[in-house]
Amino acid sequence: MKKLFSIFLLMVLALVIAACSSDSSSDGEDNTSDSNDTEEPTESEETTEGSDEEASGGTVEIFSWWTGAGEEDGLLALIDLFEQKHPGIAIDNAAVSGGAGTNAKAVLATRMQGDDPPSTFQVHGGAELNEGWVAADKMEPLNDFYEEQGLMDKFPQDLIDMVSKDGNIYSVPVNIHRGNVIFYNMQVFEENNIEVPTTMDEFFAVADKLQEAGITPLALGDKESWTSTQIFENILLGVLGTDDYQALFDGDIPFDDERVVEAAELFKKTLSYVNEDHASRNWQDASQLVGEGEAAMTNMGDWAKGYFSNDLDLATNEDFGYFPYPDTVGDFMVITDTFGLPKGVENPESVKEFLSVLGSVEGQDAFNPLKGSIPARVDADPEKYDQYGKDTMDDFNNGKLAASLAHGSAAAEGFVTKMNQAVNIFVTQLDVDNFIDTLKNASGEL
Amino acid sequence: MEQKIEKSTRVEPSTPIKKRRKISKDQMVAVGFISPSIILILIFVYGFIGWTGWVSVSNWNTLVPDFSFAGLKNYIYLFNDYRFQADLRNTVFFTILFIGLVIIMGLGLSILIDQKLKGESIFRNIFLFPMALSFVVTGVVWQWLLNPSTGFNQFLSVFGIQPKWYTDTNIIGGFEWGSIEFGLPVAIIAVVIAAVWQMTGFSLAMYLAGLRGIPEELREAARMDGGSEFQIYRRIVLPMLMPITVSVVIIMAHISLKIFDLIYAMTGSGANFVTDVPGVYMFETTFRGNYYANGSAIAIIMLLLVAVFIVPYLITNRRGDK
Repeated sequence: MKKLFSIFLLMVLALVIAACSSDSSSDGEDNTSDSNDTEEPTESEETTEGSDEEASGGTVEIFSWWTGAGEEDGLLALIDLFEQKHPGIAIDNAAVSGGAGTNAKAVLATRMQGDDPPSTFQVHGGAELNEGWVAADKMEPLNDFYEEQGLMDKFPQDLIDMVSKDGNIYSVPVNIHRGNVIFYNMQVFEENNIEVPTTMDEFFAVADKLQEAGITPLALGDKESWTSTQIFENILLGVLGTDDYQALFDGDIPFDDERVVEAAELFKKTLSYVNEDHASRNWQDASQLVGEGEAAMTNMGDWAKGYFSNDLDLATNEDFGYFPYPDTVGDFMVITDTFGLPKGVENPESVKEFLSVLGSVEGQDAFNPLKGSIPARVDADPEKYDQYGKDTMDDFNNGKLAASLAHGSAAAEGFVTKMNQAVNIFVTQLDVDNFIDTLKNASGEL
Repeated sequence: MEQKIEKSTRVEPSTPIKKRRKISKDQMVAVGFISPSIILILIFVYGFIGWTGWVSVSNWNTLVPDFSFAGLKNYIYLFNDYRFQADLRNTVFFTILFIGLVIIMGLGLSILIDQKLKGESIFRNIFLFPMALSFVVTGVVWQWLLNPSTGFNQFLSVFGIQPKWYTDTNIIGGFEWGSIEFGLPVAIIAVVIAAVWQMTGFSLAMYLAGLRGIPEELREAARMDGGSEFQIYRRIVLPMLMPITVSVVIIMAHISLKIFDLIYAMTGSGANFVTDVPGVYMFETTFRGNYYANGSAIAIIMLLLVAVFIVPYLITNRRGDK
């Protein structure tokens, strides 16, 4: 008996030691996704290495964080299309799951620093690309590629500017998402006789009315604090307008400007209308509150539309509706996913083949309807998109574009991280002076 | 490699010449077996600790590596940083509560199991089983159990209590300290519950082994001398379990100081960083904010914190060996 017990104890110890060692080794990697995700890149490494000899064939490894329902379908459709056109080139889908790409970005950073880049990877246009990978000299310019493919006039100039630095273009946008959207429960609005608010004043009036009726006006899930940052950036956009909004993040307007303080006050007021358990939820959980009618509205990028219609099974414009964030009606907060060509990949020609499919009308129309985004190209076919897509395409073509901060387009990742921290503290403390001070200190990073 | 072997064989002057060949052959085999792991450990553990230390005093705080010497700039930044101060506070309270509860519960349960009850092995396995889970699994499960709107609160609402668990931003006994409020963050209690649930089985197994190692004659003798059961535990059993307690404290301390996965899966940083820990901060600042030097500085500070526990333990162990 004693012997048995000691053997048992030994096994327990072995277990503990195994657990400890795996703890420390995974510290630097992505922890929430399952181990398959982290293993994928290594497997594909071997395959790319194995196919060195073929100059343009081989494997194209696509690195993204598209693992959710609609987005994964879109990516697979795009891969299908590519494989039909180029049967000689294998595709390796190296997606890493995790909210808004936070885990994927960590894995990507590790691989890029280790000079082991994927063939092409998802990156938000704007600072995330330009101040990040381009500044680190890890990307190949794609000017010739754009000329060859005749892409120069196929994207809005503002968008090409977002993926360019010093006159060189570094990536191909595949889709556009809008960040300044509020989704709302139409039944709740009807029952309480509420009109869609277009200004912050109207918004607060609506919120008061809802609160009296015992409904949470605004659902928020800020377990990861970028969701709160997103609300703040929309308020900033409303107060400053598109030009001064960008000037703020270019460092031309200081953070103690009275309009920024005003935005912080509005942000503070907005936060008094959110659900109490916001810190325990993510954005999907918050959207669920709206779907169930416990809350009336939620601000989220329009990838939430796919969540409402596919995961919650709600009908667009019947069960849930959408409107631009108050005071930003004519503006379009752009979040664009783009793909570029890293330096040091083994088969750049194959990667360019992939980019050309990705940048084609056919490719964009295969991907976007499933993903629930709109195409980045101006000449895509609107008939392939649902009502929400058509509306958004209209707004995109006619609206003024602003780059999202929460998604790394307006400022470098370093500043975004500090901003998220400041917002996380502000959401609890609601101390405007402290918030402005912190932002001002952090703006040295810009 | 061969040079190393020669070197190590030379360092044994006191052995008689006759036996020398035999022993050196044995030693050659031994060194041959050990050296691969020694070399790997030297490179992949100590080498990278050194590398991290070097990065932590550099200016590498963007995606572009910059190894110019920055002195202690990154450390000074961290100790002035609101988030890092909060992390230190959380780590202190997490460690104290976690180790304390694991020891008390482990000892209590092991004494109960040691009472020669029927089905002992079933109980033992029940208590040990949570340890087989990964901290990530524990984190996800407890995230929902302690969720203020869905978990235990559904049941507790019958009694009219609605604790906010890990979303509570209150600090018990808080007073100004640096830029933060120092005190026990209520939210950390929820994380402690999950961690204790998982690790109690371990200390239970350790204590149970310790209890089984105490000879029955000692207790018998104490009983003959008229000692009560309580006195037996107080004067004989507990002192004899001291070495076990030391081991438990060391192992638990190094888990709690380095904890990352449980927090990351369960609560994240928490509102106002009430459940943030250095590990989570290190991950986010390094791989999302690209502050490589700051992240390395956090890693080094964590290493030093763990060393505070481990080094005295190693020293006493070495003395014991001699």
